[in-house]
Amino acid sequence: MSSQTVQSNPYVPFPSRVLEVVRHTKKEYTFRMAFSGDVRPGQFFEVSVPKFGEAPISVSGIVPGESVDLTIRRVGRVTNEMFDTYAGQTLLLRGPYGNGFDVSRYVDGECVVVAGGTGVSPVRGVIEALAQSATPADKHVIVGFRSPDDMLFRKDLERWDKALDLTLTVDGAPEGYAGNVGLVTKYIPDLPLRDPSTAQAVVVGPPPMMHFTVLGLLSRGFAEKNIWVSQERKMCCGLGKCGHCRIGEKYVCLDGPVFNYTESKDMLD
Amino acid sequence: MGYVLDKEGLNRTLDALSEDFLLYAPVRKVGEGRFTDVDVVRYDFVRSVDDIELDAKSDYSFKEILTPLSQTLFYFTEDEVHEAGGLGAPGSPAGTADDRPVIVFLRACDLHAVRRLDQMYLGNGPTDTFYARIRDRVRFALLGCDHAFASCFCLDMGTNVAPEGWLFSLDRAGEGFACSVADDALAPAFAANAQGEKDVTPAHVTENEVHVRVPSKVPNSIYKDPLWDEYDSRCIECGRCCIVCPTCTCFTMQDVFYTDNGRVGERRRVQASCMIDGYTDVAGGASYRKKAGERMRFKVLHKVWDFRQRFGYDMCVGCGRCDDVCPEYISFAAIVNKLTDACECEEAKDE
Repeated sequence: MSSQTVQSNPYVPFPSRVLEVVRHTKKEYTFRMAFSGDVRPGQFFEVSVPKFGEAPISVSGIVPGESVDLTIRRVGRVTNEMFDTYAGQTLLLRGPYGNGFDVSRYVDGECVVVAGGTGVSPVRGVIEALAQSATPADKHVIVGFRSPDDMLFRKDLERWDKALDLTLTVDGAPEGYAGNVGLVTKYIPDLPLRDPSTAQAVVVGPPPMMHFTVLGLLSRGFAEKNIWVSQERKMCCGLGKCGHCRIGEKYVCLDGPVFNYTESKDMLD
Repeated sequence: MGYVLDKEGLNRTLDALSEDFLLYAPVRKVGEGRFTDVDVVRYDFVRSVDDIELDAKSDYSFKEILTPLSQTLFYFTEDEVHEAGGLGAPGSPAGTADDRPVIVFLRACDLHAVRRLDQMYLGNGPTDTFYARIRDRVRFALLGCDHAFASCFCLDMGTNVAPEGWLFSLDRAGEGFACSVADDALAPAFAANAQGEKDVTPAHVTENEVHVRVPSKVPNSIYKDPLWDEYDSRCIECGRCCIVCPTCTCFTMQDVFYTDNGRVGERRRVQASCMIDGYTDVAGGASYRKKAGERMRFKVLHKVWDFRQRFGYDMCVGCGRCDDVCPEYISFAAIVNKLTDACECEEAKDE
């Protein structure tokens, strides 16, 4: 019989120190975690809170060789428990998993990023790269939140607004709110694009928002192959085993979560 | 090499094998079925051929040896993580686990199913350490099928003849038994207890009552086809079809804790089913495929289409256990045929 081979076990989480906790809203915090490995925007980690479980959380910020940011909304068992974790303590992580965004694809020509709610997390690194690109005037970002109270990354939004063409909107707001009110799709027809047929687009958010945003982009003349979406699914293992994130023949954790629209349009739940 | 054995001879052989192996086989559990006075055939560890149910299909598959219903992966103590140990014989206390290899007695279709389990755990993403650890210890013995059981459709799935990879086979032959021994190392244990040598070919099914045709092309319009609608009301989403299926591999991670005041507990994975509520729930309450018909579509397409698109062969092995177990008398085979008809109908429309 074959002997037990000693190999690294992909299910073993590693401890990572919480360097900083940033409060965005009552329900949404960013945890800056010590991490020195390779990672791309759009990838995700499985965050463990022993005895409560694991949750897949996408990377919302990267300091190469130092840290990754995990922006977490308090909505479930695991995330509730994480909110009791403070700087100096450790959390257990596995990852990063998934393909992530190829940022180099978006920095040269015209690019549109449309993100909704916590969907801003996985594209934060992409927007950051666009803001620092040589042609920021060609970069258009539409970010939508449910209400003014739900806004994430306020400081980043202020910075991005100065660097590139940012449209910040909320689905609804109390009377007297000075900013944009309306769904992200409302702003697509007016995007000042020179040539939509060659522009790249990144769309991340809740499924209906992604659906109607893509339709809006296609009607502006975007090519399907230039549209990129990131899918959110329940990923228990992140390793292509547990089955929960499968859509057709694709495993979101292995083949995604970032998909080209030519693929994702045939991925039916 | 083939051998003919009487019952005593076979039992002496199994005794000899038990020195080096644990034996895991279908066992009739009298009165333990779903209803009063109904038996169930489940896998368990055995010592003699009297323990093995040779004449009925097992209600549950062998897969629980490779993918236990609930498997502990880690123990947590404060900030430390300890990997859980390997597989032992049932009831063996921690640290004294029986580490003998296991011979699993199974039929041709189930041996084909092993390839599907391996595909998922060893060939889709990184190797699953916990699976590989058990898989390394598992060997197979083939139970011949001289006839098909009700609801089997192995011929149409191409799984009626066993692939290679079994150590020996076991068939009834008159009052006694016939065994073909493929593994030379085991031959002496059979030779010493046999009545005689003879060429033995394990029996395999040559005729099924149930026939299926799998689709050769699935258009996207099938996802919204009304054929799934009847399952919205017929299917009760109990997930038994997945639990008995020898090729279903899904699991959910589950943490439990022992005490409320410390970080002491364990992480397990438990078998999951795409038919059961909660399978797709993401944080914040969103979920996909809320209707039973949509879940049925997801499962059926995986078995006879999606898996093939990814790996080149069908996932379903035609054992028919899902049809046997369904409390609503839903026939998987019938759905596949309806699906194929609908696909061909769509294709004809397009032409």
